[in-house]
Amino acid sequence: MTEVSDHAAAPGPDHTDPVLKVHNLRKYFPVKSSGLLQRTLANVQAVDGVSFEIPQGSALGLVGESGCGKSTTGRLITRLHEPTSGSIEFEGRDMAKLKRRELLPLRREVQMIFQDPYSSLNPRHTVGAIIGTPLEVHNVVPKKKVLERVRELLEVVGLNPEHYNRYPSEFSGGQRQRIGIARALALQPKLLVADEPVSALDVSIQAQVVNLLQDVQKEFGIAFLFIAHDLAVVRHFCPEIAVMYLGKIVEIADRETLYNRPHHPYTQALLSAVPDVKQAAVGGRRDRIMLEGDVPSPINPPSGCRFRTRCSLAKEICAKVEPPLLQIGKRHKVACHFPGELGKHPETPITSRLLGVDESGNPDPGATPSPDLSDGPGFADTWVDLDRRTVAHG
Amino acid sequence: MTDLSTTPSLDDGAETSTTPYLEVNTLTVRFPTHDGLVQAVTDLSYSVQRGQTLGIVGESGSGKSVSSMAILGLHDLRSTRLEGSIKVGGQEIIGAGQSIMRPIRGADVAMIFQDPLTALHPFFSIGAQIIEAYRIHHKVSKSTAKKKAIEMLDLVGIPQARSRVDDYPHQFSGGMRQRAMIAMALVNDPKLLIADEPTTALDVTVQAQILDLLQELQREFNSAIIMITHDLGVVAEMADEVLVMYGGRAVENGPTREILTHPEMPYTWGLLSSVPDVSADTDARLIPIPGNPPSLLNPPTGCAFHPRCTHVDKVPGELCANQLPELLPGSHGTGHTKRCHLSNPEEIYAMEILPAIAPDRLPGTGDPVEGVAGTTTEEGR
Repeated sequence: MTEVSDHAAAPGPDHTDPVLKVHNLRKYFPVKSSGLLQRTLANVQAVDGVSFEIPQGSALGLVGESGCGKSTTGRLITRLHEPTSGSIEFEGRDMAKLKRRELLPLRREVQMIFQDPYSSLNPRHTVGAIIGTPLEVHNVVPKKKVLERVRELLEVVGLNPEHYNRYPSEFSGGQRQRIGIARALALQPKLLVADEPVSALDVSIQAQVVNLLQDVQKEFGIAFLFIAHDLAVVRHFCPEIAVMYLGKIVEIADRETLYNRPHHPYTQALLSAVPDVKQAAVGGRRDRIMLEGDVPSPINPPSGCRFRTRCSLAKEICAKVEPPLLQIGKRHKVACHFPGELGKHPETPITSRLLGVDESGNPDPGATPSPDLSDGPGFADTWVDLDRRTVAHG
Repeated sequence: MTDLSTTPSLDDGAETSTTPYLEVNTLTVRFPTHDGLVQAVTDLSYSVQRGQTLGIVGESGSGKSVSSMAILGLHDLRSTRLEGSIKVGGQEIIGAGQSIMRPIRGADVAMIFQDPLTALHPFFSIGAQIIEAYRIHHKVSKSTAKKKAIEMLDLVGIPQARSRVDDYPHQFSGGMRQRAMIAMALVNDPKLLIADEPTTALDVTVQAQILDLLQELQREFNSAIIMITHDLGVVAEMADEVLVMYGGRAVENGPTREILTHPEMPYTWGLLSSVPDVSADTDARLIPIPGNPPSLLNPPTGCAFHPRCTHVDKVPGELCANQLPELLPGSHGTGHTKRCHLSNPEEIYAMEILPAIAPDRLPGTGDPVEGVAGTTTEEGR
């Protein structure tokens, strides 16, 4: 093993097979002209080439600012949106290309928990009907046994099983979110996509729901794609976290690495912006990296690295060549020409040789692009050692 | 007290720095409804000085927004019963007529609302809305007011303010809308700024920008700020004093440092232990507050928090269920008051709460300040 003790792997997710492999997933929403012809004027590149995998029974966190494409990614995986291109491999089958009818059995395996517990439950259905419908649609249990199962599920999520006859309006926000979780659990899925599951809840209730999700994860071995903008909640829930910016993953790593030694300037800025309760003991504000301006439009993203317009490290190469999502540790990938811990970013781009360009990003006839640059969903056994600029083995 | 019939705007010249600009005294707000009387705020007292920031913390329904809306006189008096006293720069607000309220509202006291998309009018340009706010309180021409609007947008960091001033709210991003609303709130140099969850709908990076902006503007105009939020991290970094509300009452009050490092009320403990921290141990389970927020139609007897409190059994008898605890000085620090029957809260906090939420701050493990002073990215080597 080479010198990479820096990047200790998160225990657990290593040795199990991934339940979900997402490869180069794209979703472009067309912007159409008004009138009869409705020509496509441009595309909103909501998700642009995202690759990751989720190990069985584990959790991957997806964080980023609003508009970065994290919710769209979640909706693509549940096939609530049609992917433009790319593959979503679930237990060996590519879900992205399945037809509606073929998809139905897979829908049992992938369920979703929505952000807003007020709009995601039909107000005119009883709780029993809401949780029982998926059971009936998929013929999971005989009709007579549906009620029994609904009561079991209500008990699992900590609600009174006798309340199956009530309507969503009779429950509080936290209780409604529990109903949504019971509905998602009804089909015993293998993967749950949780899109901001606690952000609409009161602080004191958030912890109840996070604990409940952890309990069901342990009990039923469900893998989670946990989408949230609250970095502390994601860190608490997910052993692995991906940071998205403008439709792309800019950094993905195990939680310990991502939160303690982030290598992408955006991750560093994002983490430094989180207000910290412990600051009360010190007083005043924490030092933070300020990001100038707003997120650029995904219709016309900046050339090269998408973060370069707000990045303090940006150099010539950043505008010319897009940085690949390069593996720099056992379970650590980063998409930056100058990756490094805060204050220790390298002077020269580490990617130039691999991409076959010189240091300012112009094509270098002498160099050959490295064939090893895989943009696959998982982590490889070899990676680029940042200090030595050589390939390291795990 | 200044006579307002002669001066259109409140004069702060006579004020010394020690008199609070805002004094809320035993404020009670009730709303009669079909189901009965909703007691939204009960016996609430607090004060804020110029240049200071008060953080009000609590869950939805704890009365934090209702009490601050009363300061602006925004409640419909036909459906609201207000008691107590609110004094803004010496002027009594409760019972004051519209002729008194109008010069105060927007000029001396301004408000930043949580959701800028609903608080801004979609039909008028951003500039027009700021100009209107300015011209109501200043007799100036439209062009002068527009110059002021551009100046304000520039101040809050809107790029190309000169051309963006004619844009409509939907053409702005969420963070820019919030900044535009702050520009509108600050256009008359308010002496008191009420920010009702000003950053809740925003991303952390934008939140950091807005909080920086508020602090800069506070330094410049020496305004008093009331920061209503549920994010204790924001409170820790922004507020000089904290008021924790539960069920319409103040349950703990004091300097931020005191409240967040030596809290003495189980509800505050619950708030601190139910949110994960970006540097906390990830194996630790979150400790939620059991149950749900209380109904204000039928508030629990005694201490409103007792049905959810895990420390009820430490109080002899049925005291918690039968008797409302008084807001009494805490055992630690000055200016720290709490509403709780527990006789040894400090001990319980040190023995039971602190090990669970912040083992690194336990006495004997070194200075609590160490390791959190810098950004999280610098530690861990």
